[in-house]
Amino acid sequence: MKKSVFFGALAIAGLTAGVATAQSTLEQVQERGTLQCGSNEGLAGFAAPDANGNWEGFDVALCRAIATAVLGDPQAVEFVPLTSQTRFTALAAGEVDVLVRNSTWTFSRDTDLGLDFKGVNYYDGQAFMVRSDLGVSSALELDGATVCIQTGTTTELNLADFFRVNNMSYEPVPVATNAEGQQQYLAGACDVYTTDMSALAATRATFENVDEHVILPEIVSKEPLGPVVRHGDNEWGDIVGWTLMGLVAAEEFGVTSANVRELAEAPTDNPQLNRMLGTSGDFGPMIGLSNDWLVNVIAAVGNYGEIFEENIGENTPVGLARGLNALWTEGGLQYAMPFN
Amino acid sequence: MADITDAPRDGFRLSQLLYDARYRSMTIQVIAAILLMLMLVELVDNAVTNLAALGKDIRFSFLWSTSGYDINQRLIPYTSQDTHARAALVGILNTLLVAFLGCILATVIGVLAGVMRLSKNWLVARIMTFYVEAMRNTPLLIWILIVFAVMTEATPQPREFREGGGASMILWDSVAISNRGVFIPKPVWAEGSGLVVAVFLLSIAGIFVLRRFARKQQEQTGKQLPVFWISLGLFFVPALLTFFVMGRPISLEMPELGGFNFTGGVQIRNSFIALWLALALYTSAFIAEIVRSGILAVSKGQTEAAFALGIQPNRTMQLIILPQALRVIVPPLISQYLNLTKNSSLAIAVGYMDVRSTLGGITINQTGRELEGMLLLGIFYLITSLIISAFMNLYNSSVKLKER
Repeated sequence: MKKSVFFGALAIAGLTAGVATAQSTLEQVQERGTLQCGSNEGLAGFAAPDANGNWEGFDVALCRAIATAVLGDPQAVEFVPLTSQTRFTALAAGEVDVLVRNSTWTFSRDTDLGLDFKGVNYYDGQAFMVRSDLGVSSALELDGATVCIQTGTTTELNLADFFRVNNMSYEPVPVATNAEGQQQYLAGACDVYTTDMSALAATRATFENVDEHVILPEIVSKEPLGPVVRHGDNEWGDIVGWTLMGLVAAEEFGVTSANVRELAEAPTDNPQLNRMLGTSGDFGPMIGLSNDWLVNVIAAVGNYGEIFEENIGENTPVGLARGLNALWTEGGLQYAMPFN
Repeated sequence: MADITDAPRDGFRLSQLLYDARYRSMTIQVIAAILLMLMLVELVDNAVTNLAALGKDIRFSFLWSTSGYDINQRLIPYTSQDTHARAALVGILNTLLVAFLGCILATVIGVLAGVMRLSKNWLVARIMTFYVEAMRNTPLLIWILIVFAVMTEATPQPREFREGGGASMILWDSVAISNRGVFIPKPVWAEGSGLVVAVFLLSIAGIFVLRRFARKQQEQTGKQLPVFWISLGLFFVPALLTFFVMGRPISLEMPELGGFNFTGGVQIRNSFIALWLALALYTSAFIAEIVRSGILAVSKGQTEAAFALGIQPNRTMQLIILPQALRVIVPPLISQYLNLTKNSSLAIAVGYMDVRSTLGGITINQTGRELEGMLLLGIFYLITSLIISAFMNLYNSSVKLKER
């Protein structure tokens, strides 16, 4: 009797497990009612909880945008802080639906890891930060330096290559998180802290004496950062990718959180904009969403430019210039595919 | 007669498997074994299917591709252009180094603490009780982080060793304790140094021969040789003589401040010190209890008999109590050595590049081969533990009670 109950339970467990994997990510998110978004454990300007425990930042805004597109509610996001070491495993295992965590788009991650990068929300590059009183003005003067580096990142490989190619020696001090790296760097356990330029600026912004630290001018790598999903669920990938495109396109067409409702009331003379905002065509249903999905998204989080300025722009403590992340019309690389 | 032997000759019936007590247990065991196998097959199959569903396969070829990352503490030559397998080997050696040194230090501290906890001196016994309880009732990770924090936050930065910086080197300017590690002089081996080392090793062998000879002589004639003084002389004099005759071939390279950091000498990194000390201190608390239990397991009559024969207390401990206590001590001590070795995988917390950080950390992250990497890690720890326990069991069989 007991045995048959045991086997029955096993069989049911097996069946439900089978059913769970057959469900698509979109269905899972809709059924759960929240989006599980893999985010940084705390990087000012990109993803960090504020004093009240609300997550905010540049990457967080993209998570909220996706949640709004799918569920209509920017607050329906559950943020799962992940370290650089655990992030891809967590995504592959289904612990998060989407990963927006300063992750660099690389060949092997996109192919061998079984993941899909769905665009670039920040074009970044690796840089070095040192104390200004060291008198170093170029990364080429760092021979013999001790360098703090986050382990499990692309920056680790770039660092090794940069020093090898320039015939310099260095001593790596591996750290697990940005917070640990910051603490080691401030304690003087390493001369240099290296990571993505944006993260360096964000970290530097939280220092007590910002002027005592400089970011060296060399950018030693390309770090295109973007949202990541599991390979194979293309419908879900489309939603993530086109939400990001929609944010960029909205900036290009001058749609802001302030005027989006007004523009969505009646068709304008821009046919692409009409299809984006659902006043003509039925682009929303094509990806399994309502026709006004982008209207809700932009009303909730703003367009790409607004998100940038609010979280990491020049008027914030992080103080990043648009640079490569300006629109293509303004000499940058941010370019949305046409809504046709 | 024939009737009696022939009577119970019944053919074997299938129902006997269930109703005959002679066969029933075997039936149950066979069924259990089959179920267990099926479950294992299901587990493996499940893993393979799910990996395939994610578009992943199981391959180990990543081990032979270029690793691309650097490792700070290397016992063998390694650059970022070597393979992942070599990076794993560097990590394995670092694990073994910290485990080996950790076991030695833990044993020394543990034996001292265990013996002192039994001391008749109230203060000493209480201090040791406090030490043992404080150490073994807090998580190891906290001790690792505490030692590391002390080493990085409370020690001066290398640049404070410059003129007027406020920090200075100790031991005649040969050792610098900084927040990047302890820098000690490095021996430089010039021509002829091999001879000095050979003479030194020979004199150590000589000491062993001497001790054996002295013991034999004592057993036969009762005469005691001044073994300690002769050993001490043997240890120093021949090697020093060769050293000066050969024109001082071994010199020391002192750590010097240059550029960003100390150059020259040997750097013992803070991550290593933190892990080593914390592992040793933590495990020593358990070893202290094992030693205490071993000593208490020797009946009091043994001590009293020794005292009645006029043997001094420290000789009693050395010749009578400890040899008997070892029998009780060694088996649990093996587990502690295994624990220490496995606990060394907490190294990642302070960035010590052990095998968990290289193969199980960076390599897995760069290649995305979690399952393969973790399998290899598991196999490594398994093999290491089995080897350690095999050696310790050999030792155990040499000290255990010989039953004839």
